[in-house]
Amino acid sequence: MEKIYSRSDVLLDANMGYCPGCLHGVIAKIVAEVIEELGIRDDTIAVLPIGCGALISSVLDTDAIIALHGRAPAVATGLKRTATEKFIFAYQGDGDLASIGLAEIMHAANRGENFPVLFVNNGIFGMTGGQMAPTTLIGQKATTAKSGRTPLEGYPMHMCEIISTLKAPVYIERCSLDSPQHILAAKKAIKKAFMNEIEGKGFSFIELLSNCPTNWSMSPQKSLEYMREHTIAEFPLGVYRDETAKED
Amino acid sequence: MSKLFMKGNEAIAEAAVRAGCRFFAGYPITPQNEIPEYLSKRLPEVGGAFVQGESELASINMVIGAAFGGTRAMTSSSGPGLSLKSEGLSTLAAAGFPAVVVNVMRGGPGTGSISGAQMDYLQATKGGGHGGFKLLVFAPSTVQEAVDLVYEAFDKSWEYMNPCLILADGFIGSIMEPVELPPFKEAKRQEFPVYTTRFFTDKPGRRMCATMIVNEAEQEQWNRVQAQRYERIAQNEVRAEEYMLDDAEYVIAAYGTSARVAKSAVRMLREKGIKAGLIRPITLWPFPYQCFKKLNEKQVKDILCLELSIPPQLIEDIKIGIEGRIPITAYGRSAGMIFTAEEVTEQVEKLVGKNK
Amino acid sequence: MAKIQVLKNYCKSCRLCIEACPRDVLQIGEEVNENGYEIVEMKENAECIGCKMCAVMCPEAAIEVFR
Repeated sequence: MEKIYSRSDVLLDANMGYCPGCLHGVIAKIVAEVIEELGIRDDTIAVLPIGCGALISSVLDTDAIIALHGRAPAVATGLKRTATEKFIFAYQGDGDLASIGLAEIMHAANRGENFPVLFVNNGIFGMTGGQMAPTTLIGQKATTAKSGRTPLEGYPMHMCEIISTLKAPVYIERCSLDSPQHILAAKKAIKKAFMNEIEGKGFSFIELLSNCPTNWSMSPQKSLEYMREHTIAEFPLGVYRDETAKED
Repeated sequence: MSKLFMKGNEAIAEAAVRAGCRFFAGYPITPQNEIPEYLSKRLPEVGGAFVQGESELASINMVIGAAFGGTRAMTSSSGPGLSLKSEGLSTLAAAGFPAVVVNVMRGGPGTGSISGAQMDYLQATKGGGHGGFKLLVFAPSTVQEAVDLVYEAFDKSWEYMNPCLILADGFIGSIMEPVELPPFKEAKRQEFPVYTTRFFTDKPGRRMCATMIVNEAEQEQWNRVQAQRYERIAQNEVRAEEYMLDDAEYVIAAYGTSARVAKSAVRMLREKGIKAGLIRPITLWPFPYQCFKKLNEKQVKDILCLELSIPPQLIEDIKIGIEGRIPITAYGRSAGMIFTAEEVTEQVEKLVGKNK
Repeated sequence: MAKIQVLKNYCKSCRLCIEACPRDVLQIGEEVNENGYEIVEMKENAECIGCKMCAVMCPEAAIEVFR
């Protein structure tokens, strides 16, 4: 028998640091696969966030730096501007990117920095125990919105749409991780974003809708159902910008 | 070598380029704007990169990124900006990354006046951020010294793998003086082993930096390593200028621009027959306590702590050095107001009168 | 004929692979790994088609597929 699917060599022999059923692990897995397929492991530096996203460092076998909360795009800017031969990607959660780090992501995108940002949107602060995020849905419960978010706390922020108002980004897509089909589409998007950097095309932004079974207080299966019913309804999937398609 | 007539901020910027600095990120703030303005043109000429950061926070974090990649990197600001950068400064120190940060001080807490002053002594020397880290702090008193210290700061920062702070004041940044510029150093990227890597992976060669070390014993171990680093810096890098101290009965303690005025005052006092002297700390951390410890209380009658700061800040370290043996009097101006040599002379003469 | 192999110590018993499988081939087994999770396994006489959906879905990269 032939092995037709293997655990990527770009993953260390270590457990994902995530709760059972957390889709952060899927991202770690497919990012590792893309890095392996592109043959860029030795050149890669992951710029990681504060939050659960940082835990990818315990399994992803590349160089990495965990940036201060929200500042990954700034760290990646300084790194990519000076270490131009390296492959840099930033990885941020919704609190990191859309709350405390809103300025950094907007300006890195506006400068068209030549690296991709993977934005994990699960609508909650996971690591600190389930507080409301800028992407929490109206009505969705959090430890700081116990009866569910109301408009008084603001509406969920749509980062793909917001970043689409800027001229410089070349590729913006929102994907979901709720099913194998969507995961394969997300992997394809990540690979394209990574290729954009390698080909010097500029800034790519991939939003990945994810879950948080622990803080959503749901079983992993239920959390996927919630994503399909509510999260994807609020955050439409699809390509928001693809300048590279016009060039090709 | 021929001398050039340069403005302090521009001279600081050119010295950085000659020291091999190839990345700068900064946000506009008075009175240091000539540094980013100069480098925005200069760095691309030498193959470096300049980014006007969207904020002070972004700028220091860009420097963190460039430093991780092994590039000599710098950012500059003034007091309020340094406050915003303090999390990043703490992180540079916690990661053991080399970088140079310039503070061209202005007046007052809060937003403060935009004129030159020396209001950030305690911020620079007593932490300036969370976690009890230390920066090697150089305080230039002339444009030439600013050039020399910036040039050296990059090497010191790499020698100790610790960020270096240039604590200049708005007067040093704004005045023009003749300077001799040092030769160009070869600017090459130099990847260094990241110490915190060892807490995360045993895989040789992998560079992994996280200043969040979850394992308590490992965090404690790293804190010990940092403390040893500070001990080494404290042993090797203390610098001060002593001026006419041998027979001095009245000692002025001052750094930066204040020390220039103090030196004139010492000369004027000597002409009047008053035995005055000066201790000028050049490194503010580590502080030259020894200069004060060795003062003979039978000879020295009073110490005037002279500073462009109200309330006085430098006095905190002088007290530690003097250990209560000699009276210390503080005299300060602030917010862009500066004392004249005559004014300082009068202050010392008051002390003389008090001791008669 | 196809089959999956579970890298036992990575499995966290989250069941997402079970939901992803179009042929209902997988189940939670009785064997427990070093982290205390019941390891997912193939049912007896199950007809795996090697579609890899379980492996794609697995958040732990704990499933390898053979055909």
